[in-house]
Amino acid sequence: MNAASETLLSVDGVSLSFGGVKAITDVSFDIRKGEIRAIIGPNGAGKTSMLNVVNGFYHPQHGRITYKGKTRPRMRPYQAASQGIARTFQNVALFRGMTTLDNIMVGRTLKMHRGLFWQMLRYGPAMREEIEHRRVVEDIIDFLQIESIRKTPVGKLPYGLQKRVELGRALAMEPELLLLDEPMAGMNIEEKEDMCRYILDLNKHFGTTIALIEHDMGVVMDLSDRVVVLEYGHKIADGTPEVVKADPKVIEAYLGVGH
Amino acid sequence: MLYNIFIDPFVQMAQMPDLLVQTLWEGLVSGVLYALIALGFVLIFKASGVFNFAQGIMVVFSALTLVGFYEKFSAYGFSGHTAAFVALILTAGVMFVLAMLIERVVLRPLVNQPDIILFMATFGITYMLIGFGEMVFGGDPKQMIASELFLPSGSVDVEMLGGMVSFQKIDIAAAVIASVMIAGLALFFQKTRIGRALRAVADSHKAALSVGISLNQIWVIVWFAAGLVALVTGIMWGARSDVSFALEIVALKALPVLVLGGLTSVPGAIVGGLIIGIGEKLGEFYWGPLLGGGIESWFAYAIALLFLLYRPQGLFGDKIIERI
Repeated sequence: MNAASETLLSVDGVSLSFGGVKAITDVSFDIRKGEIRAIIGPNGAGKTSMLNVVNGFYHPQHGRITYKGKTRPRMRPYQAASQGIARTFQNVALFRGMTTLDNIMVGRTLKMHRGLFWQMLRYGPAMREEIEHRRVVEDIIDFLQIESIRKTPVGKLPYGLQKRVELGRALAMEPELLLLDEPMAGMNIEEKEDMCRYILDLNKHFGTTIALIEHDMGVVMDLSDRVVVLEYGHKIADGTPEVVKADPKVIEAYLGVGH
Repeated sequence: MLYNIFIDPFVQMAQMPDLLVQTLWEGLVSGVLYALIALGFVLIFKASGVFNFAQGIMVVFSALTLVGFYEKFSAYGFSGHTAAFVALILTAGVMFVLAMLIERVVLRPLVNQPDIILFMATFGITYMLIGFGEMVFGGDPKQMIASELFLPSGSVDVEMLGGMVSFQKIDIAAAVIASVMIAGLALFFQKTRIGRALRAVADSHKAALSVGISLNQIWVIVWFAAGLVALVTGIMWGARSDVSFALEIVALKALPVLVLGGLTSVPGAIVGGLIIGIGEKLGEFYWGPLLGGGIESWFAYAIALLFLLYRPQGLFGDKIIERI
């Protein structure tokens, strides 16, 4: 995307520790509207912690997070969700006993407003609301090509499909900022290619801003507009894939000293 | 012997159909009430994956609170129907405050902890409520304010099948009210956005949080709903016997009901309740004498044991799916 577009989220000097363990130390970066931003780094670098900070699961001890121009105090996950931040998890977190359809429907929770009483009776406006949301959900199911598993309890699905359903649930929230924690982990090449295509489509056609953590460097360099690199909780590089790839610090972090 | 077990009871049933109807009716009523108690458990289990050991004591506690309020009012010369209903509303308020307290003090600090920890926490709640209840209301059994709440007493005797069958009016009322309550809750769970959110929370806390479901809100709603179910159960059981801490034992009958019906199923709680209720009355009446009577107290648990061996998820429970 073009470099002049506005900042959607900026992280300033964020530090996070658990007791004596420092997960993130003084990290700053920003995410621009409409870009695909990758966060990479060796295991234990603090990438997932960073996502958890952004969507309110963790509260940093220091630093500021500004989202859509507003610097926020301690934010709870459901507040983050209601402001348009959706996410997926490293180890898929789905509602295992529920069907694909229901899982994605849950993603619409915040968009539904009709009174409980009418919902119970499936009457009038509540009925129309249910239908309207169901339509959005069906569109998402079409988009992700998971029609065949609509009524299957997600616990039964293979891992790759579960990841896809999880993405669907995040999409149902119509997010402005989508956080993907290793969306391609454990997938075979074909599944990875599908997932890449969905991510690119989302970004290009719906303008969704995406921040993703990924270990597959090929994928990261192809997909992302800009990359931030963490190591041991510190930021060691930030920039376009080409810049980051050439950075000696990054090469050292990934391949070890003396390479 | 075999004749006594397999043939004679059925001959008796056929010979005296009026007695059979009477037994079935009694079984049906206690079945509906078991279902109501079980429903309280199912509600909380569905929304938090926790078996709420405190449901039984919540039944006792809410009933005692209701009677306690009414007694206070009477002491100031304010009694009758109005006072009873004011007490009822106040008691509902107390159950709401209790739900908020439980959420705030017990559940919130335990988010993302293993289920067994939450289960143990409900033991804590149980003993807190027993202690607090005894401190405030004393340990003596109390009379439920049934007539003040417009609950009928006496019985209807119907002549049928060559005999008299007697229906207690309170039992009829209990069956009707419980059915309405169960239907309402079933709709709430299956058809509403909050119902869907409740099921989601039960499956995964963090996923529910990430789509914008407020756990705190959901838990207050669920515990309040369970509190209201407990209150209705307390009124009904209390009207049939007394309000005392012994009711808690009755509430434990919900365990076999849940094993039978499945911990996660509202229809399961209903069907399970009816099977246990009718089963134990029929068993007691027709097969009890063979074993010297008194089988009503353990019959339900024997059925539950059989189910655990062959169908651990119950009749309607979610199949436990685990990929290896």
